[in-house]
Amino acid sequence: MIPTWVQLAYLVAAIFFIVALKGLSSPRTARRGNLIGAAGAVIATAVVFAERDLDHVLPILVAVAVGSLVGVVGAQRVQMTQMPQLVALFNGVGGGAAALVALLELVELSERGSVADVAGFDLVATAFTIFIGSLSFSGSLVTFAKLQELMTTRPVLFPGLPVAFGGSLLAAIAVSVLLVITPALWPGVVVAVLGLILGVLLVLPVGGADVPIVISLLNAFTGLSVAAGGYVLGNTLLLVAGTLVGAAGTFLTRMMASAMGRSLANTLFGALKGGSTLGAGEASDRPVRSTGPEDVAILLGYAQRVIIVPGYGLAVAQAQHTLRELVDVLIERGVQVDYAIHPVAGRMPGHMNVLLAEAQVPYEQLKEMDEINGDFKQADVALVVGANDVVNPAARTTPGAPIYGMPILNADEAHQVVFMKRSMRPGFAGIENELLFNPQTNLLFGDAKQTMSKLLNAVKSL
Amino acid sequence: MDESIVWLTIFVLSVFVGVEVISKVSSTLHTPLMSGANAIHGVILVGAVLVTGTAESTAGLVVGLIAVVLATVNMVGGFVVTDRMLQMFGGRGRSRSASSGDSGTGSTKEAGR
Repeated sequence: MIPTWVQLAYLVAAIFFIVALKGLSSPRTARRGNLIGAAGAVIATAVVFAERDLDHVLPILVAVAVGSLVGVVGAQRVQMTQMPQLVALFNGVGGGAAALVALLELVELSERGSVADVAGFDLVATAFTIFIGSLSFSGSLVTFAKLQELMTTRPVLFPGLPVAFGGSLLAAIAVSVLLVITPALWPGVVVAVLGLILGVLLVLPVGGADVPIVISLLNAFTGLSVAAGGYVLGNTLLLVAGTLVGAAGTFLTRMMASAMGRSLANTLFGALKGGSTLGAGEASDRPVRSTGPEDVAILLGYAQRVIIVPGYGLAVAQAQHTLRELVDVLIERGVQVDYAIHPVAGRMPGHMNVLLAEAQVPYEQLKEMDEINGDFKQADVALVVGANDVVNPAARTTPGAPIYGMPILNADEAHQVVFMKRSMRPGFAGIENELLFNPQTNLLFGDAKQTMSKLLNAVKSL
Repeated sequence: MDESIVWLTIFVLSVFVGVEVISKVSSTLHTPLMSGANAIHGVILVGAVLVTGTAESTAGLVVGLIAVVLATVNMVGGFVVTDRMLQMFGGRGRSRSASSGDSGTGSTKEAGR
């Protein structure tokens, strides 16, 4: 029986986690919320060591030290553009840990004696933890590889993928049933292996733009597997914390999917049905109007209202600092400048806000889509930097386009549109952008950072 | 049997709390929220420590220690990186962020500089 004071300490930690999530939902309280969450985690960990006479305390403390070191170094070193990868990686190792814990508990349960001594539902939860934990582990690693571009970011499909997926799923369920009837380690290991396979198969067909939604989903999965692990271990804190993350993560995943105008099922399995996340991926040779930095400088310098639409390309080129300087100069000239942030700008929902915050862009210049979309009509210039799909009118006009139905920024309503692009290559969704061929659109080709510097100098010398 | 009902009750209530607390999150904070939630499930460390501390075989100990390392990376790394992100949010715009919500479409933003 777990002592009362321990239960109470777990309750305190659980409350801290709830307050943490609540705090993270609002810009003013987010940082404090995160620190409260960390405090909850510290309380929980300290209590475990104090609660019982554990063996192997020294090796465990060494392992904690090693893990902390790896975590802190990873967290400090990561560039903000690589944030989605890191979140995926941290999530994956958490899932892996949950699966290993459940495997060890399974050994313990199966040694406890006859089946009658072990509650059947304990074993169901054990199998679930092993399965979902290992699925989350391998799925997150594939997600990491895709985002880090260790492998192609395009959907990977092969004939028989749906059959392999269905087959592995059925096999995992069958072996789980066997595990519940005759508890032993080996069916647990088989379930783990099938979980690993399914994690890979789940993420392979997902295209680059949808990968962040998968991170969020796998995050929710890990949460649920931790919750089930809590049930197995008879630990209320794990149950509450895991369930909180599972529920919040699922909800967040759905919000992200709807911000992209897609259902979750379509995000995951769209590519299997053919074409959905697969665009032609080819550059067009239709005529466009190309322009130079000096002309754009005049356009911007003498405008009254400029709206900037930043995209991932901006951050990859590390041009966000130069962009901020440009905006500073424009504001000094009396131009009203705002950034229009699409909910999925960057590689992860909310990612662009992080990237611009890194470049010390004042928070109040960042406008959410609903807030700014009405303003494009009055804008003299919409400057699109490294973004593409989020201003593609095909989302409004072309049923059947992969992004059809996704809410977009109304950059096409501005009097003039300037696109800063490296090439005519389509965006993540792999489809052509009609806006590029509009008569009021000017294209400024080149590397975002170099072009931005030239533009900055041109505006300064106006 | 009663105990199972208690567990079920905790589970169901946690689901509602989990959805309720984040239902009003602005898309600005999706990335830190995901990262912070990610860190919270690192609390599996508690489970990893428990099973490792009661391990009876060497194999069990080794697997348990691996789980402890993985869980710690998840938890510590998650909280640290979330804090790093949020620190930047709190930069120059912080004092004025409260007023940015009600700024009308036509108002000028020069004050922000």
